[in-house]
Amino acid sequence: MNCCGPEGVGVLDRVERRAGGRISALALVGPPNSGKSTLFNRLTGLRQKVANYPGVTVEQRSGKMRGIGRNDLTLIDLPGIHSLTSYSEDAKVAIDVLHGRMQGAQTPDAVLLVLDALQLNRQLMLAGPVLALGLPTLVLLNMSDLMQSRGGEIDPLALARELGAPVALISASKGTGLEAVASFAARLTGGAGEQAQAAQLPVLQNPASCRQWAAQVSSRTKYKAPHSRGWTPKLDNLLLHKIWGPLIFLVVVAGVFQVVFSAGLPLSDWMTAVLTRWGAAAAQSVPYPWLQLLLRDGIWNGVQAVLVFLPQILLLFLLIGVLEDSGYLARAALIADRVMRSIGLNGKAFIPLLSAYACAVPAIMATRTIENKRDRMATILVAPFMTCSARLPIYTLMIAAFIPNRRILGNFFGLRAAVMLSLYLLGFLAALATARLLKSSILKANSAPFILELPQYRWPTLRSMGLRLLDRGSVFVKQTGTVILAVTFILWVLSILPFHHGAASSLTESVIGRLGHSIEPLIRPLGFNWKIGIGLLSSIIAREVIVGTLGTLYGADPATQSLTLQSALRHDMTLGGAVALVVFFAFAMQCTSTLAVVRRETNSWRWPLAQFLYMSVLAYGAALAANQILSHIH
Amino acid sequence: MPLTRQSTVLSELRVGSCATLSAIDLPEEVRGQLMHLGFVPETRVLALRRAPAGDPTVYCVDGAEIALRRETAQHISVHSVLAPGSQGER
Repeated sequence: MNCCGPEGVGVLDRVERRAGGRISALALVGPPNSGKSTLFNRLTGLRQKVANYPGVTVEQRSGKMRGIGRNDLTLIDLPGIHSLTSYSEDAKVAIDVLHGRMQGAQTPDAVLLVLDALQLNRQLMLAGPVLALGLPTLVLLNMSDLMQSRGGEIDPLALARELGAPVALISASKGTGLEAVASFAARLTGGAGEQAQAAQLPVLQNPASCRQWAAQVSSRTKYKAPHSRGWTPKLDNLLLHKIWGPLIFLVVVAGVFQVVFSAGLPLSDWMTAVLTRWGAAAAQSVPYPWLQLLLRDGIWNGVQAVLVFLPQILLLFLLIGVLEDSGYLARAALIADRVMRSIGLNGKAFIPLLSAYACAVPAIMATRTIENKRDRMATILVAPFMTCSARLPIYTLMIAAFIPNRRILGNFFGLRAAVMLSLYLLGFLAALATARLLKSSILKANSAPFILELPQYRWPTLRSMGLRLLDRGSVFVKQTGTVILAVTFILWVLSILPFHHGAASSLTESVIGRLGHSIEPLIRPLGFNWKIGIGLLSSIIAREVIVGTLGTLYGADPATQSLTLQSALRHDMTLGGAVALVVFFAFAMQCTSTLAVVRRETNSWRWPLAQFLYMSVLAYGAALAANQILSHIH
Repeated sequence: MPLTRQSTVLSELRVGSCATLSAIDLPEEVRGQLMHLGFVPETRVLALRRAPAGDPTVYCVDGAEIALRRETAQHISVHSVLAPGSQGER
């Protein structure tokens, strides 16, 4: 194996371009979890997702270096790599971009090599092959503040001499040392200086000699690794304890749902009150009654019904974010490896599955870190079963409408939170069973080795949490303001058409009413009425659309117009039908974005179509069973 | 005090004890990946802790913590350095 990789074809070209002073793109290169994305956010002001486990960035991303006032320079963030030889899809992306072989990606003219100062011995192994690319390189020793405070040392000047490249100590999370990047960029574009001529780096043929070289360099530069690992070992003694570990794991998971529910629901209620007041005020200020009707029934009812779930979704993302950033997720993967093994996957597949609790789209992209192709495929196919945040609105709505607010297990756990948790479990079990099925049939393969690096614990920073929430919040609001607004508006128009002698149709006589009634026989056995049927149809676009649809339809129906959506549903559905509806949503694949990303990642329509059919049939069958059983009990 | 070198595989290493890595008998791809993570011959490896279910095991190599399953670790040979009379062996 060649540790240094083949020279990129484009390198000579780039060296020439550089001589002309035409530098336009820099690449961030470094081992996984060395802090590249945090630095990227600092340097560009963008919001790249950051977490504390290896393999968060699975695609190249780029942004202008606004953070240091260089709008003319593009910074490309790459997935972490240990070498220029690829083991997984994400590493392949990084290597292809560096060599200028990536279609549609800018080819970098210079490199910012980010190394974790806490583990420099090992991280230096990457420096050899990267410097051998021949591009101007600035070596950034990240987390140097932690290294120093924990008793580590290094002589950066000696390291710069050894590597033949400038070296700077930085802390990406605190934002210190970044002026080194600015002056590096200034020197490059100023055309003045040339890179200290490349040191004579040995040609390293294999990882063993790379490692040996790295050890020599680090001893010559007086590198002393920090002697203390902070509180990581102590915390792991508890969190990976034989008995406490799994127990704490369960409490953490249950706690997340309890908080999302018990703190989220009052927030949603508060938001409903505020939005209703705004909507009424806005309608009042409009002079024409027909316009009032259009604004309230056509647009506001549907949008408001979805928007009120924003606090809960943010709360869920906040809690998952804390788990990710602190480093606990890697421990969870370790604890879960046993369960994952029994279904033929490994603990590494657990991380994308856990993040699918937020959204399946990034989770499916995160499967690129799984080296084994068949394991990766199986993980992609089961990820949409994990309860994503788009299911939260319909779950919350139905639970608040049908499940009494009672305490169980003393004062700790509410009945509503318990029902919510069991819905999450249902999705998880469906994912496990499906994975098992796939791994023992069409995706059978020798189990891939499980190799997982456990990062040291870190405090999640307010900045990264804030950016994450802002990011997710704006995605949700944007979706509500575009897709959901459009769908509910069209539904409302269809609910008053056709006009008879200048008057709108009644709801049952309207286009939408007739369509709903025509599919009713198919969904009647599930305990659903025609309005729910329209909701199911419209939610093929995205799951949360159903809440907007129901808001519009019940708002347009004179019989339920004066009721809140919750009471309207109670008035219109049996408990059996309500349970069947949430069960349907637990299993069904109603998300065009997920279908699109599966198609992209598997490169064929066959997989997403099969997935859609399988999940729909399962959803229908399970909802049917739920309704039939419950209506026989009652 | 004379020391004895005892050859064994990584998965047999008791939690809390150290050994020196000697060879990795795994497919090229896995071997390369492990070596880049620090599992290079002549490096000291510490068996740090087992996962709650008893497997995988977390190993400490070069300041990093890496978890491996028994099925992988049993293909990595190590020699442990034992003072005579100590009872680290299995």
